[in-house]
Amino acid sequence: MGQVQHSKPKLLWLQSITCNGNTHSFLNHPDIFSVFSGFEVVHHPVLESEYTFHDLAALKIPCDILILEGSFIEKGLTKNGVEVSKMITHYGNEASHIITAGTCATFGGIFKQKDPEQISGFCFDIEQQTERYEKFASKLISLPGCPIHPRWLAYVLMMLSQGKKIAIDRLHRPVELYGYTVHTGCTRNEYFEWKVDTKGYGLKEGCLFYEQGCQGPYTRGSCNKILWNDTSSKTRIGTPCFGCTEPQYPKDRLFVTRTNMGIPATMPLGIPRRAYLTLTGVVKSFKIKRFSQRLLEYDQ
Amino acid sequence: MNSVDKKALKRESIIQTALQLFSTNGFHKTTIPDIASKLGMSVGNLYNYFSSKDLLAQEIIRYTSEVLGEKIREVNMLDVSAEEKIHKIVEIYFSMAKEKPEMIEYFLRVYLSNREVFSDGCEGMVCVSGFITEIMIFFDDAVSSGELRNQDFFSAFGLFMGYLGGMVFLKGEGVLPKDIAYYIDDISRNIYYALKA
Ligand code: SF4
Ligand code: SF4
Repeated sequence: MGQVQHSKPKLLWLQSITCNGNTHSFLNHPDIFSVFSGFEVVHHPVLESEYTFHDLAALKIPCDILILEGSFIEKGLTKNGVEVSKMITHYGNEASHIITAGTCATFGGIFKQKDPEQISGFCFDIEQQTERYEKFASKLISLPGCPIHPRWLAYVLMMLSQGKKIAIDRLHRPVELYGYTVHTGCTRNEYFEWKVDTKGYGLKEGCLFYEQGCQGPYTRGSCNKILWNDTSSKTRIGTPCFGCTEPQYPKDRLFVTRTNMGIPATMPLGIPRRAYLTLTGVVKSFKIKRFSQRLLEYDQ
Repeated sequence: MNSVDKKALKRESIIQTALQLFSTNGFHKTTIPDIASKLGMSVGNLYNYFSSKDLLAQEIIRYTSEVLGEKIREVNMLDVSAEEKIHKIVEIYFSMAKEKPEMIEYFLRVYLSNREVFSDGCEGMVCVSGFITEIMIFFDDAVSSGELRNQDFFSAFGLFMGYLGGMVFLKGEGVLPKDIAYYIDDISRNIYYALKA
């Protein structure tokens, strides 16, 4: 038993400037222990693990897979008297794979707002490569999200534990997870196609793109393909997608769609404005009765 | 020229002739035989191109909207200020009213006054989207560059196009004391001042 365990890759979960959101999100994975069982968890911020934080800060822990949570700052964040950036660099060098878990670790995220000059993601500052990129690029996997979807991290860990190659894009995001937009699979697609707006948050009918700020059509992520808690998603329940996986996250006024004279300021991913506007103009000219009706008459 | 090109050319000449007749003699007074005889073709052959007068009428509005849209698209591509673009659009509209009055006349006197002809096939923006799309792009660019004030599309569109349509209507009624080109500068300035940020 002991011998088998030691042949497993050593997994180290290291936190920088973070709210713990990714740690907590992953605890919601129904099979978290089965996923972790493919690894030797040498350190984890909230689960019992082999080494303590003292060992971690003393740079004494072996590490094959490094999960990084939280935004990066070169100087000024110390734990146990040691600069966290120093720990990250040390374990980053040791590891054969680095997973930046969450938008903060990947692009800078919410914590970047505190000091945009000094705080960034580990290998990306929004979309720009940081000075660390060259050194760590070959082992880097980006998992943006605020927080990460538990099943996205599980997918990456399981692929790694089986020694499989993960296809990634320009920003090192697994294509299998981020090749889609959040709009893909949203139950409101018909309303989007026919440009029928929702009348309010939380309703079953209507699309949230026109008034409520939904960023689904230009946000990469599979929230509507791999559901949250295996049940639903923001847009399915009637809350706009905030674009939490995108490098520019967070934008302000998340519940408002920015428009120029009524024309959405951001087009769905890859759609030329002329094509979108032509289609919209035509589609809006028709009133489809089914889309003006409630799906369920609650008061009958 | 191959037969496909020939057919397209013939189609276009039918559209242009019908456009002329509809806008000068009125939609209801113009018959398919009138159009055919003006073109020197048989009624039967004309029906090969357009199976009804209503369909022909719809095709004309689509055609004029494309022509106008294409011109505004060229303006949209220019690297000039919104103020200059407004001037160019007004110029285009008024020179069209002068050189091809039938196009604008058709829009004002046939399209807007015979809605029943267009209700099945040209609902809402369907047949005018070539033109509307370019106007939308013009507004979108001008607002995102900070030159024009952000507001509802139709309040801006109505001010711009209602004004131009109104002037062309006055021209058509013969009440404008001066040539329509005389008004281009002032009208462009008025539109710009009304819409600017
Ligand atoms: S609510 Fe958002 S994700 Fe859903 S269809 Fe509308 S735009 Fe797309
Ligand atoms: S729906 Fe949008 S905001 Fe919500 S988790 Fe997915 S990407 Fe983030």
